[in-house]
Amino acid sequence: MADKQRVMIVGGGLAGLSAAMRMAELGLDVDLISLTPVKRSHSVCAQGGINSVNQLTRQQGDSEWLHFDDTVYGGAFLQHQPPVKEMADWAPRIIDLMDRLGVPFNRTPEGFRDQRRFGGTLFKRTAFAGATTGQQLLYALDDQVRRWSVAGKVSLHETWDYLGPVLDDAGTCRGIVAQDLVTMEIRAFPADAVVIASGGCGLIYGRSTMSMVCTGSAASRTFQAGAKYANAEFIQVHPTAIPGADKLRLMSESARGEGGRVWVPRTPQDKRRPIDIPEDERYYFLEECYPEYGNLVPRDIATREIFNVCTNEGLSVEQDRLCVYLDLTHLPREMLDAKLGGILEIYEKFQGVDPRSVPMKIFPAVHYSMGGLWVDYEKSASGGLVVGSPRNQQTSIPNLYAIGECDYQYHGANRLGANSLLSCIFSGLVVAPGIVNLLKGAKQAAADETQLMAAAQARYQDDHDRLLRRPAGGANPYLLHQQLGNVMTKAATVVRSNDALDEAYGQVCQLNEQARRCSLSDTGNWTNQNVVFTKSLRDMFPIAKAILLGARARDECRGAHFKPEFAMPGLEATDPAEHRREAEAWCDRFEQNTAKWLKTTIATLDGDDEVKLSYEEVDTSLIPPRPRLYGLVGAEVIDEVWKTRQQSKSADGRDGADGRASAAPKTAAAH
Amino acid sequence: MSEPHTNGHAGERTFEVRILRQDSPRTASYWERHRVRYEPDMNVTSVLQRIAAQGETIDGDPVAPVAYESNCLEEVCGSCTMIINGRVRQACSALVDKLLADRPHEIELQPMSKFPVVRDLFVDRRRLFRALEKVHAWLPVDGYYDLGPGPQRSQEDQQRAYPLSECMSCGCCLDACPQYAHVEVERKAGETDEQFRARQNAIFDVNFVGAHAISQAVYYNAHPTGKLNAGERVDALMEAGGVQVCGNAQNCVAVCPKEIPLTTSIARAGRQATKRIFTQWFDQ
Repeated sequence: MADKQRVMIVGGGLAGLSAAMRMAELGLDVDLISLTPVKRSHSVCAQGGINSVNQLTRQQGDSEWLHFDDTVYGGAFLQHQPPVKEMADWAPRIIDLMDRLGVPFNRTPEGFRDQRRFGGTLFKRTAFAGATTGQQLLYALDDQVRRWSVAGKVSLHETWDYLGPVLDDAGTCRGIVAQDLVTMEIRAFPADAVVIASGGCGLIYGRSTMSMVCTGSAASRTFQAGAKYANAEFIQVHPTAIPGADKLRLMSESARGEGGRVWVPRTPQDKRRPIDIPEDERYYFLEECYPEYGNLVPRDIATREIFNVCTNEGLSVEQDRLCVYLDLTHLPREMLDAKLGGILEIYEKFQGVDPRSVPMKIFPAVHYSMGGLWVDYEKSASGGLVVGSPRNQQTSIPNLYAIGECDYQYHGANRLGANSLLSCIFSGLVVAPGIVNLLKGAKQAAADETQLMAAAQARYQDDHDRLLRRPAGGANPYLLHQQLGNVMTKAATVVRSNDALDEAYGQVCQLNEQARRCSLSDTGNWTNQNVVFTKSLRDMFPIAKAILLGARARDECRGAHFKPEFAMPGLEATDPAEHRREAEAWCDRFEQNTAKWLKTTIATLDGDDEVKLSYEEVDTSLIPPRPRLYGLVGAEVIDEVWKTRQQSKSADGRDGADGRASAAPKTAAAH
Repeated sequence: MSEPHTNGHAGERTFEVRILRQDSPRTASYWERHRVRYEPDMNVTSVLQRIAAQGETIDGDPVAPVAYESNCLEEVCGSCTMIINGRVRQACSALVDKLLADRPHEIELQPMSKFPVVRDLFVDRRRLFRALEKVHAWLPVDGYYDLGPGPQRSQEDQQRAYPLSECMSCGCCLDACPQYAHVEVERKAGETDEQFRARQNAIFDVNFVGAHAISQAVYYNAHPTGKLNAGERVDALMEAGGVQVCGNAQNCVAVCPKEIPLTTSIARAGRQATKRIFTQWFDQ
């Protein structure tokens, strides 16, 4: 029976390809479907780099534990800690592996991998290949998968769209139904395990830094089949992008990692050329507010500061939109070309200005979904993962897995820069041995389920045929998509309020109704991109609703989710005793808020396609949650009060600040 | 820059787009005209998005959206390659302001010429990826267990390799190449997917591999690990359709959007092939 077993991977970005490559090595037969030739996946857009502790930072006091700590602290403690710990432990070996696969990482004069600094850490932890690191990593994995494809272990089905999972009567996943984007053939693929690796859902916001395939439709179709969707409301808005009529193009955090400075003129909408504005008339607001991290504060904070300086202080470079300068002009050209060439060319090509000599005008843009399909894990005795457990990365549907950006596992309420490439490759590598073990216990191969497959295929064929027969005169799907994007961008990005979220929810429900009745301008059955887009638009609504309802219910501020009404501002009193009392009160409130809101939001769909929310506890057993104090007024006193409390509370004397002492040294090889 | 055309409606600035459409692989192509309202920061991708949303031609005839591939929209994925005003390039980085400055009032779009048209501007570039298989464009590593870091490399070595690794397999170099002929393999009745693919690959393999694949072979041959089996790649480049087919027109390097030194790669591949012939000859 084992010879009939196959695994289906949906998506060929970093996560899907690393899973395919590792499964092939472990002897599994793999099918992989992708909307595009896998080499064109969205991972190519990742620019800055990939994080791990390394030889150099280790000697400066860094460790896997500190990488783990930065990740959960930057993520406002919303992620389960065992998978994150395991990821940080694997990180150095993952980068070694990618190095062996030929990724042209930048080098030091001695020939070792070079590193730069990224947001949310004080260490130079980020390995990089110019400013196209995602592209370089993807190509190395693509080349490996091509090798397995030639060897017959991986079958690539490129330009296929995943329509949904096939579940048996017991609710176990037995395969998928997919559609060929060229011939429009709908076909069931039996699979003994299915791995969704379909990336983010930025297109729900209309324009974002994401690629055209990032509609979230695969995750949504899995959600609609009954899988739980977690932390939908946590959407990262990247502080630095450039706007276009079709998309918002990313300007990597690595620009700041290499010394780029963010500023606005102190005079509102100063008409002078930026280069002519003298130093003392520039407001380097990130450096002033965050002397420790400077321009490399976590992304949620940088984005909110840009919003604040533009909206509340009225200092936007351009009136009516959030725009600040990102300045590289003080840095040597040769260095810029060697380390940031890729993004500078993008700016030059699309804006027609050389960012080596003129400060870039940049804007915040929707960038990453921290939330995604809920997935399980099995915790080991040392606090990491039991590698090889079939529970790792499994969704709430048996035998159906999710990895990469479409899972919710690694980034909590805010992702740190250069951790996404890591989480994609890690989740791809770690899912493989678990599936090997899952299949060992399987009784019957999915390939024998011919009736189940035929019925599922017929159901999707029927849906497709009905769509093509829609009468004319309904709404235009492309215009509906623009409207949805506008509503979501207005209500559910940097700053959120309950009134705006309520209003947006009503509007999204109306648009959803219109989408159910929208008309196609192409009713043919050959390479019909109109019907494929309409299907993905339809599937944006369940996730859009989960985002809005999750945000509406969460009355607090955590990472990327910010409601001013529930913000905890810094301390005001100048009198030391009063200052101390304020700090005590601040910590009380923090504790209450943690007890109430340090929970995973779980969205499910009920029988009427209504989104229902519930909450699950977060495993914070390794590093106790502590206040996130980046740049807060009174941070030192709050920190002091907090530590005193923790010490008196904790019997074993371990707290967030010295928790690293308990990190067990890891020597196990990557599996 | 010349101002885009202003037509009747309230001084609205518009321009015309002429598109060579084709409904399916075996039907005839035809030109279709559209009028698009000018907006700042437009590129050809956003023009195609507007045309899809409009759903009608310049004459008001309802039409299906134009089929084309697109993904990253920042010229790193290679999807949206097409012929724009006579030049093969990516739609995303083709800015409307610049196009209208060069040719006022009108933009002309055609599918790539060397690949079979699937529909409209969407072509089948499978042959391009097959060429990467043919030249063994990968490192045959021992496996994916932890075996330590990769080989140390000099900065100079990395700086030389990196540009070659930016190749996004878009196919511009192939479309512009006089030696890269259009190859279209029709599926026979009763042929399975596997049979068709095998026959198609056999035909692809005797035709020119193209500059992109030669450059990828050279890229991996220069890697310290890749050097260990460089002979395999050089052998592939010496078969029918190999590096000897290059006629040195140098169009490839002129159209490459990533400015990859393709002719340098071809010259290096040629030298590697010559060296291999001599080595094999002396070894006999």
